[in-house]
Amino acid sequence: MNELALLLAATLASGTPLALAGLGLLLNEKSGVLNLGAEGMMLVAAVAGFAVAFHTGNDWVAFGAGALAGMAMAAIFGWLVIWLGTNQYATGLALSLFGGGFSAFVGVNYVGKKLAAKSAFEVPILADLPFVGPALFKQHPMTYIAIGLTIAIAWFLYRSRAGLVLRAVGESPESAHALGYRVRLIRLGAVLGGGALCGIAGAFLSVVYAPLWVEGLVAGRGWIALALTTFATWRPARTLLGAYLFGGVTMLQFYLQGEGVEIASQLLSMLPYLATIVVLALISRDPAWIRINMPASLGKPFHPGS
Amino acid sequence: MFRLEARPQASPAMALVSPLLALALTVVMAAALFALLGKNPWSGLGVYFFEPLNGRRQMTEVALKATPLILCALGLAVCYRSNVWNIGAEGQFLLGAITAGGVALWATTSGIKASPWVWTPLLMAAGVIGGMGWAAIVAFLRDRFNASEILVSLMLVYIAQQLMNYLVFVPWKDPAGFNFPQTRTFDAMTWLPNLVPQSRLHIGFVVTLVLVALFWIFIFRSWRGFQLQVGGLAPAAARYAGFSARTALWTALLVSGGMAGLAGAMEAAGPLRQLTPHVSTGYGFTAIIVCFVGRLHPVGIVLSGILLSMFLIGGELGQSRLGLPNALTGVFQGLLLFILLACDTLINYRVRWQRSSASAGTAR
Amino acid sequence: MSDPQPLLALRSIVKRYPGVVAVGGVSLEVAAGQIHALLGENGAGKSTLMKVIYGAVRPDEGQVLWNGRAVAIRNPHEARALGISMVFQHFSLFDTLTAAENVWLGVDKSLSLAEVTRRVTQVAADYGLDVEPQRPVHTLSVGERQRVEIVRALLTRPKLLILDEPTSVLTPQAVERLFVTLRKLASEGCSIVYISHKLDEIRALCHHCTVLRGGKVTGAVDPTQETNASLSRLMIGAEPPALKHAARAAGDVVLEVRDLALEKQDQFGMNLAAIGFAVRAGEVLGIAGVSGNGQQELMAALSGEDARAAPGSIRLFGGDIARASASARRALGLHFVPEERLGRGAVPSLSLAQNTLLTRTAAVGGSGLISTGETARLARHLIERFKVKAAGAGAAAKSLSGGNLQKFIVGREIDADPKLLIVSQPTWGVDVGAAAQIRGEILALADAGCAVLVVSEELEELFEICDRLVVIAKGQVSPSVATSEASIEMIGAWMSGLWRESGRAHGAQVGGTHVQA
Repeated sequence: MNELALLLAATLASGTPLALAGLGLLLNEKSGVLNLGAEGMMLVAAVAGFAVAFHTGNDWVAFGAGALAGMAMAAIFGWLVIWLGTNQYATGLALSLFGGGFSAFVGVNYVGKKLAAKSAFEVPILADLPFVGPALFKQHPMTYIAIGLTIAIAWFLYRSRAGLVLRAVGESPESAHALGYRVRLIRLGAVLGGGALCGIAGAFLSVVYAPLWVEGLVAGRGWIALALTTFATWRPARTLLGAYLFGGVTMLQFYLQGEGVEIASQLLSMLPYLATIVVLALISRDPAWIRINMPASLGKPFHPGS
Repeated sequence: MFRLEARPQASPAMALVSPLLALALTVVMAAALFALLGKNPWSGLGVYFFEPLNGRRQMTEVALKATPLILCALGLAVCYRSNVWNIGAEGQFLLGAITAGGVALWATTSGIKASPWVWTPLLMAAGVIGGMGWAAIVAFLRDRFNASEILVSLMLVYIAQQLMNYLVFVPWKDPAGFNFPQTRTFDAMTWLPNLVPQSRLHIGFVVTLVLVALFWIFIFRSWRGFQLQVGGLAPAAARYAGFSARTALWTALLVSGGMAGLAGAMEAAGPLRQLTPHVSTGYGFTAIIVCFVGRLHPVGIVLSGILLSMFLIGGELGQSRLGLPNALTGVFQGLLLFILLACDTLINYRVRWQRSSASAGTAR
Repeated sequence: MSDPQPLLALRSIVKRYPGVVAVGGVSLEVAAGQIHALLGENGAGKSTLMKVIYGAVRPDEGQVLWNGRAVAIRNPHEARALGISMVFQHFSLFDTLTAAENVWLGVDKSLSLAEVTRRVTQVAADYGLDVEPQRPVHTLSVGERQRVEIVRALLTRPKLLILDEPTSVLTPQAVERLFVTLRKLASEGCSIVYISHKLDEIRALCHHCTVLRGGKVTGAVDPTQETNASLSRLMIGAEPPALKHAARAAGDVVLEVRDLALEKQDQFGMNLAAIGFAVRAGEVLGIAGVSGNGQQELMAALSGEDARAAPGSIRLFGGDIARASASARRALGLHFVPEERLGRGAVPSLSLAQNTLLTRTAAVGGSGLISTGETARLARHLIERFKVKAAGAGAAAKSLSGGNLQKFIVGREIDADPKLLIVSQPTWGVDVGAAAQIRGEILALADAGCAVLVVSEELEELFEICDRLVVIAKGQVSPSVATSEASIEMIGAWMSGLWRESGRAHGAQVGGTHVQA
């Protein structure tokens, strides 16, 4: 029973960076821009966050650094794709490849370094409840922030005029432009917001979750977050649930190893990636269903006025 | 303020100039980066651009590293021209190495004796099949379930890496290898025949050049190649013409998977002669950059393959001679691709200098 | 009517684009409460001039005067603030949002959605425009969507309303209803700029007409005093060329469609139900209908791009082609010209020579290799035979003007010596000269014995070149009628699905559902 509680807690922790990145990409994609550079942004933010945490000892400043690093990478991407009109797929890929190389380069001096020990975090009173306490209320504040963000983004998208405008831009940038909206600026805003959230996710990985820096730390989570947005049909609440689902699958491999299951650790490590493939196949099966929910202009270039 | 103005027709001149311009800008930024790191920019540039070509032996190393890059990039060119975004060449490469390595290990342990001219084609075929099979998973999931080939092919890279780890740590581990994660060394009869004596360059390089010519014909002169490209440029026009999108998908993925698998087989049976977790130093991903810098064109890919191979060697030299981190190579590669994408805008757009706020109120 | 000051005055407006002067010194005046037509063929500069008024584009020279004061309209927001509102030809609507949300996005930020919804209902009632605010736009017909656009424009209480080709998506009856609304608006003092190339409508509706040709004003007249011929002369510099239309006896049945039914492939499409008609050799059959009634789906089913039809429902020379691929149909003599030129009829970035390969595969050798010499030769032949203005066989398709590219594509299919030619919107967006040439080629083809099927939203065009007509409405097709026995009013009524009631129905009986346009 205790193991189950621990598994749940681990799932929540593991799902948090996926949720943050997924929500960021959701904002991005709602405006019609597909950013395949999530992995690269998370890597650069992870190393930036680790470095700042190492030198300042302050986690929250590190998260801020991660957000800024993510935004800086996103800004390069945004300029290329939105103003110069480069191919979104190729540019996103370039961002990921560059992020991989750049983070490895910058992080060379931080491999093997340790951060200051952290105090355990507990929600007062609630953490002492049997089962539910250890399962849900002994998380890092960022986990609860992620949940709060989900609610905030859902409100923003579906209850505010700004969110309506964003959705309109993602559906038909030409129409929004004809109505006088500054489509490029709105898209840039979404891209930067997405970059900031992916950055926080990356910093969370290196500063709290691992906590360490090694080349390739993000291990594909950026790509899984991209799959998440499709899996969640571009809705915030489903993104959060999907993130926990993947987090759970990732934790499953350790749980199984702990239970003495006779499968090689390398094969168990394949689980999250296999799960992503299976989920993608299941959710994409009905192209009509995808087309209804997907922002119609996703991935297509937009050139205002000729 | 600058403004972009669409050209009526893509400029072929800019298509050639753009990669050169991107390279020039990357060199400038590289020099700046060297200076920032406290190294002499000229030594830095020398190590990356001059040293790798300085001498016969060095040039064979460049050709050796360029071989897998060019092979993968040729296949990816077909894919990207068809608008099929296969980014899992790394995984297909590993599977090619695994299948070829598997055959080589079987040959090594079974005691069957045959000439290298028997084993070499067998190993290369095995590599092609391995890579194709891995890519076939991507094609199947896209064809049947409409699953994004970008994400599936990427996930399969991570799975392939774990598969390789598993094989070299567990069933295929060399019993005499002091518990290192590696397989036995393959029997000499399975090694790829050498091309240039006193070098590591093998006949795979010649095979690669032949394939470059074949791919040129396929892309620019064949009916199937034309159909693939129309499908990539204008899917509605392809449907109008009656070109099958399904055939295009499978062709693109099987071809690129096969090429990546072939490259993996050549690496395993060529310079490495065993399997380890480090069979690929990211060749599959670097090949993506080679492909774009080479303009998705077979001849361009040869040139950019050589260029990026120089980056790889330069990175190693930089580490041993100048104390620069090897990871710098990855930075330059990514930078080159970014700058190339930006410069590519000039192919379809002209830059115009516009005086700010054209006034609407001049009375005549 | 002596109005001291025009509401809007344009003085010597000039706008240049690379390689072309779109507007070369245009002056005009719009009085308050005036319905002012802007007439000209495609490429005359109407759109550009209108973008200047609406603030989407800044003129290089010239002045814009509003109520006598010079203004600089820098963007559509400023235009709206002045009281200028616009209804575009291609709607700026968001399919997944409701009508009210769509209107909300087009009006001032300070209003709440609830307030906007209330005003929408109000304005709709005032002007007799039937609009349901809570319906998502993708469920609306084209005519209903236009009403949403108009309500959105009216909500801002405009002093000047610009309408860009508003009737291309309406049945003749719906056009009448629109005119009632517009006359009411004008009587209340709102000025209307009515952009169109339809001479009959301009003469029926408008008080004043400025005619543009090649970016310059060729006339400023009272359309009620003009004839179609005189307006046409101002618009294109000559009378419209008369087409030689010899009477022909129709031959054997070439294409027979019987009981064709197809489910729509995407959420926003139209189901086809029980469609039946036949096309004979040497005959031109026209399919009339407002866009969005199933033409796209029917074309895809006939061309082979959608091969899901039930076996036997489509027959060519008696042979079943319902499930045949596009290439198989072409081999049997069925050639198709789609309505989208760039992206479907031709690949924009490929050369004209390469684009011949889409439907003409003689240049592909047995070994699977393409002869580039052959493709270039064919392209040059097409350029010459159909008088296409292009920089040679190597010119990219996107470098051609709309009319020239259409001539190339239509020519490519005609040159293939088809037994059945299907053409969708043959002269959409094409200048008058090229349009006349294309229609002439189609007639010549029919004279030579080919069966021709034309789908068009321009009734005048269909009446000009077709021997027989059918109407498509809500995914169903009417019985056919000879053009000589049909009238615009009758076809207009049929466009609303009323062919069963009009007493001329014979043939297929279908369940009668009255259709609103």
